[in-house]
Amino acid sequence: MKNASTSVAITLKQVQKTFSDGTLALKPLDLHIEKGEILVLLGPSGCGKTTTLRLIAGLEFCDQGGQILFGERDVTNVAIEQRRVGMVFQSYALFPNMNVSENIAYGLRVRGESKELKEKKVQEMLELFDLEPYAHRGIDQLSGGQRQRVALARAIITEPEVLLLDEPLSALDALLKKRLRTDINALLKRLGITAVYVTHDQEEAMAMGDRIAILDRGEIAQIGTAEEVYLSPKSEFVANFIGQMNHFDGLLNGQALSFRSNFIPLPETLYSTYKEGERIRCMTRPEDVRLTSFEDATLKGAVSHSVFLGDRTRVLVSVEGVKELVHVDCFERKRYSKGDRVGLVIPPLCLVLLPNLGSEEVVC
Amino acid sequence: MKKGMYFYLQLAFTLLVCAFLIVPIFMSITAGLTNNYFVGVKSGLTLRWVEQVWTLYSDTIWLTMEIALVTTLVNLCVGVPCAYYLARTRSKLSAFLDECLTLPIAIPGMAIALGLISVYGGISEFRMSWLFILVGHVIFTLPFMVKSVLAVLQSINFRVLEEGAASLGASFWQRFFHVIVPNCKTGIVSGILMTLTLSAGEFNLTWMLHTPLTKTLPVGLADSYASMRLEVSSAYTLIFLGMILPLLIAAQWLNRKPKRTA
Amino acid sequence: MKKNRQYSLLIIPALIVSLAFFLLPMAKLVWLSLAEQHGISYWYILTKPMYLKSLWSTFLLSAVVTIASLVIATIVGLFLTRYEFKGKSVLVAMLSFPLVFPGVVIGFFVIMLAGRQGLFAELGLALTGERWTLAYSISGLFIGYLYFSIPRVVLTVMGAAEKLDHNLIEAGRSLGANRWQLLRDVTLPALTPGLISSGSICFATSMGAFGTAFTLATNLNVLPMTIYTEFTLNANFAMAAALSLILGFITWLCLTIARRQGGSSLGMGG
Repeated sequence: MKNASTSVAITLKQVQKTFSDGTLALKPLDLHIEKGEILVLLGPSGCGKTTTLRLIAGLEFCDQGGQILFGERDVTNVAIEQRRVGMVFQSYALFPNMNVSENIAYGLRVRGESKELKEKKVQEMLELFDLEPYAHRGIDQLSGGQRQRVALARAIITEPEVLLLDEPLSALDALLKKRLRTDINALLKRLGITAVYVTHDQEEAMAMGDRIAILDRGEIAQIGTAEEVYLSPKSEFVANFIGQMNHFDGLLNGQALSFRSNFIPLPETLYSTYKEGERIRCMTRPEDVRLTSFEDATLKGAVSHSVFLGDRTRVLVSVEGVKELVHVDCFERKRYSKGDRVGLVIPPLCLVLLPNLGSEEVVC
Repeated sequence: MKKGMYFYLQLAFTLLVCAFLIVPIFMSITAGLTNNYFVGVKSGLTLRWVEQVWTLYSDTIWLTMEIALVTTLVNLCVGVPCAYYLARTRSKLSAFLDECLTLPIAIPGMAIALGLISVYGGISEFRMSWLFILVGHVIFTLPFMVKSVLAVLQSINFRVLEEGAASLGASFWQRFFHVIVPNCKTGIVSGILMTLTLSAGEFNLTWMLHTPLTKTLPVGLADSYASMRLEVSSAYTLIFLGMILPLLIAAQWLNRKPKRTA
Repeated sequence: MKKNRQYSLLIIPALIVSLAFFLLPMAKLVWLSLAEQHGISYWYILTKPMYLKSLWSTFLLSAVVTIASLVIATIVGLFLTRYEFKGKSVLVAMLSFPLVFPGVVIGFFVIMLAGRQGLFAELGLALTGERWTLAYSISGLFIGYLYFSIPRVVLTVMGAAEKLDHNLIEAGRSLGANRWQLLRDVTLPALTPGLISSGSICFATSMGAFGTAFTLATNLNVLPMTIYTEFTLNANFAMAAALSLILGFITWLCLTIARRQGGSSLGMGG
C-alpha cells in the first residue's frame, strides 16, 4: 500500500453549518490539515466535531460562502461518493448482507474493478489486518475488534485521498481500545494518509494525533500538539477538558497571587502582563503539586480525604480562600488522614495563567 | 411455577379453542375425500370430488394464481421503493402518504370495490378484464408489503449503511440495490408471502369486481357453497387450503428464524 | 443530501397507484353519496328502521364478538406465554393459521360445525334427540366472527405478555399478592394497551366482514350485506355509497385507536 501518493491536504475556508431547524452547529471555521497529517477533533458531544467530519466527508454540505478543498480540488459541492474519501463509522456500517471479503471489496466493486485486482487487493487487506481466517464469515460472526478492522480495511482499500474516522473505537472495551489506538496510529503513519479522527476521549486523542483540535460549542477552542494543549491551554474550557485542573482565584499582590493568608509566588513571565491588585485565576495540574511540611509553605491547608489509586494517592486538600478542594497527586507511599496539616508547593513553571481577557472572565 | 390445577384447566381451555379452530378444517378435508359424507368415512375415500372440482373450477384456480403472482410483482415494484421513501423522509407529505397507504387496510373491501366500480365501471374493456380485480388486490395488499418492509428498515440503521456505501463511491442506485434491498430481504419475503396469501383468499373486493368470465377461487368457493353438494364444496375448500397452507407454513418458519443483527 | 433528491422518485409509483385507484374512487364515492338530493341517503340511514336496524345489529354483534374474543384470547394467550410444554409451538401455529382464511371459507367452516349436517347437529342428535342447527341464525354469525377474531387477539396478547416485565410479577408475589390479585393489579393493567388495540382491530374486522355473512346467508342483515343488497338488488348506488362510507369511517376510527395504542393495524377482511 502506498497511500502517500494519493493523499492530499485538506483546507476548510469559512466553513459554517446551520441545520434545517436553524441551530448553528458550526461557526465559520478555517482549518488546514497537512498531507499525511493525523488531526484529532476532540470535544464533548454536541460541540460540532462530528458535523465537521461529516462536512469534510460530504455527508453534509456547508452553508453558502464556505469552501472545502482536497489539495487543489474544490469539493465543496461534491457528494460523498465522488469525494474519494475513506470513512470508518462509529457503528462500522458493515453490510450485513455481505461477508468479510465482500465488505472489504465493495469499494472496488462499485468502481467496476476487475476480479483479479479485487482478489489481489482484498488478500493484501486480509493479511494486513490479520483477517484471513475470517474472509468468508458473516459480519454477525465477528467480534467487535474484528469488525473494527474490517471497517478500516474496507475504508483504505480504495486508497482514498483522505481517511475519516468517526469515534471508531467507542464501541469497544477499554483494554482493546488502548491496544487498537496504538495499532491504528502506527498503521496510519506507515500509510502516510491524511486522516481526521473524531473522538470524545481525551486520552485517545493524545495517543492518536499529530495535532488535536478541541471544539467547544461549534468552534475550535484550541488547536495544537498534545503537549501544547495539555501544558498551555488557551482557555478554561481546554484546561478543564484535557486532564484535571486546580483553580486558584486571587489578587495580584507584588509578585505573587494572594488570597486570604495564602499566596503563590509567580514567575515574571506570568505576572508581568497583569496590573497590581488585579483579580486573576491561575491553574495547575494535580501531578504538579507537591506536599511539604506545613510550617515552611506559603500555601497551607488541611487534608480533607485521600484516595489510593494504585500508582499514586490522590489527596484532596482544603485551602483557606480556595473554593474547591485542591487535588494533589502524591507518588510516594505515604498515608494522609483527615485533618493532617500540609503545605503545598507549586513549581512556578507548572502554573498556567490564562491570557488576560478582562476581569469579568474571573468570578471569585 | 408448579403445574397445578390451574395449569390443567387452562390447558383444557386452550385445547378446546384450538379444536374449535382446527376441527372444521379436518372436517372439510375428510368431507372432500369421502364418497358420501352423510354416510361417513365408511362409505370409502375417493378423489372423485377433487376431480369434479378441477373440471368445474380449474380456470378459477389458474386465474387466482395469476392474479396473486402479478399482484406480488406489482407490490414489489411499487411497495419496496415506497417503504424506503417513507423510512427516509419525515415530512408532512410523507405522513400523509403513509396515512393514504394504510387507509385501504381500514376501509372495508366493499367500499373500495364500490369506489372502483363508480370510477372505472364505465370503461368496459377494463371492467371485463382480470386487470380490474388485479387493481383491487394491489390496493388491498400494498399496505401489507409496505408495512412489512418499513418495519425492517426501521429496525436496521440503513442510513449509516448507506453512508458507508456512499463513502466507498457507490451511487444512489448502487446503494439501493446492493445495500438497501438485500438488507430488507426478510421484510420483502414476508411481504411476498402475505401478498400471495391475501390475494389468493381475497373475497370481499373480488366478489364485487368479478364478472362471470373473471372468477377467482374464493368467488368460485362462494358459488359452490351456495349451489353444490357438501362433498364438492369440501373438495374445493381442500384445494384452496392446499394452496395457502404452504405459504402460511413458510411465513411461520420465516418468523421463527432468529433475526440477524445489523 | 443536497441537490440529490433522486430518492423522491421512488414514491411516484405508489403515489400514482394510490391516487388513481384509491383516493379518486373514494372521492367519487363521497360525491355520489352526497350528489343525490343533497345526501338524502344519510338522512334515510338515520330515520329508516331497515338501515338503522342493520347498523345497530352489526354494531352489537361486533361488540359482543370483540368482548368474547378478548376474554378467550387473554386466557389462552397468557397460558401460552406463561408455561413451556411439549407441543406448545404446534398449538401456537394452529392458533395463527386461521388468521388469513377468507370469510367465505370461515362461513363454510361454520356450516361444517353447526349446519344441518354439522358436528353440533350430530352431537345434539346423540344427546337430546334433536339436531342443533345454529349456522343460519345470529349464533352462526357469532361463531364465524369468533373464528376469525380469536387468532388475531391471541397473537396480540401473546406479544404483549412476552414483553411483560417478569420482575413486576415477582415484586407482586414478594408483597404477598395471590393469583387473582396479581392478574387484576399487575398483568391485566400491563396488557391493557394491547387489549384495546387488538379489540379495536377485532371490532373493525367484524364490522366489515362480508364473506362469512354472505356464505351463511342468514336472515340477519349485517351492514356489509345491506350494502351489497342496496347495490345489486335495489341498484341504489347513492345509498350503498353512503352506507359503505359510514362503515369505512367506523372501521378507520377503530384502527386509528388501535394505532394510538401502538398496535399494528394489520387487520384483514373476514
